[in-house]
Amino acid sequence: MEEFQVIDHCLMVKLPKEVDHHQAGYYCQKADAFLFQPEVNHVVFDFEDTEFMDSSGIGIIMGRYKKIAPLGGKVYAINVGKQVKRILDLSGMSKLLEVL
Amino acid sequence: MNGKMENEMELLFDAISYNEGLARVAVAAFVSNLNPTLEELADVKTAVSEAVTNAIIHGYGNVEGYAGKGRPVQKPADGKKPGKVRMLCKLERGVLKVLIEDRGKGIVNVGKAMEPLFTTRPDLERSGMGFAFMEAFMDDLQVESAPGVGTIVRMQKKMTNDPWIEVAQ
Ligand SMILES: Nc1ncnc2c1ncn2[C@@H]1O[C@H](COP(=O)(O)OP(=O)(O)OP(=O)(O)O)[C@@H](O)[C@H]1O
Ligand SMILES: [Mg+2]
Repeated sequence: MEEFQVIDHCLMVKLPKEVDHHQAGYYCQKADAFLFQPEVNHVVFDFEDTEFMDSSGIGIIMGRYKKIAPLGGKVYAINVGKQVKRILDLSGMSKLLEVL
Repeated sequence: MNGKMENEMELLFDAISYNEGLARVAVAAFVSNLNPTLEELADVKTAVSEAVTNAIIHGYGNVEGYAGKGRPVQKPADGKKPGKVRMLCKLERGVLKVLIEDRGKGIVNVGKAMEPLFTTRPDLERSGMGFAFMEAFMDDLQVESAPGVGTIVRMQKKMTNDPWIEVAQ
């Protein structure tokens, strides 16, 4: 699957193996370019390949959430592994996201 | 390779985002002979990643990450040196001790900085969770800092250290 794909008004973002500050800027910028498009309403973060995430990942998700939530958009997290789940839970992000 | 094993490792590396992964791999390898659980490994890697990332982006202001495929540019824009991060790891009686030091800009109010959700860089999409994660994932966290001098983060964690060698005997 491609890193960024728009399917049915949802931007699908396939996150890398390690989501850290080294990677974060690229994903934020790219995602925002897609979110500009009026037909994109929701974001799905796919963690299938992700083995590690630190607070930089919270920044990626939170930043996109703040952009689309006021417009009624939703943020989803799918294929969430154990380590990522703990980070989402501890940071309170699990309450803002739909974790599937 | 049992709980009595003592070991020490010191790493000095450039304060560039590429080395966040390097530091995680190094600390994971360092504790591996204690046969840590996957969760313990994840905890230690996360805590180290937070402290090292803070040194790089806050301490030295090297905010640039990897700019996407095929462009691993890793030098500060104005051509100055990136600065160094020192990571010292010790294994003593099954306890991992990690020290992460930078000679960067330092923290004015450490107590405030350690509060969850406090960040001085919302512009960089930081969430203020770094110290909270270090605290949650390690048994002990101490931060020493002086403006204009730098920051030292000390963390420790008791590793379960399954005695697999003894069991095998
Ligand atoms: N090594 C350091 N040098 C200078 N300032 C630091 C250092 N480490 C932390 N700080 C300061 O402490 C604040 C809180 O750090 P913390 O890691 O908790 O959050 P953050 O880095 O801002 O966000 P996050 O870690 O969630 O991405 C930072 O915003 C920064 O001002
Ligand atoms: Mg931080």
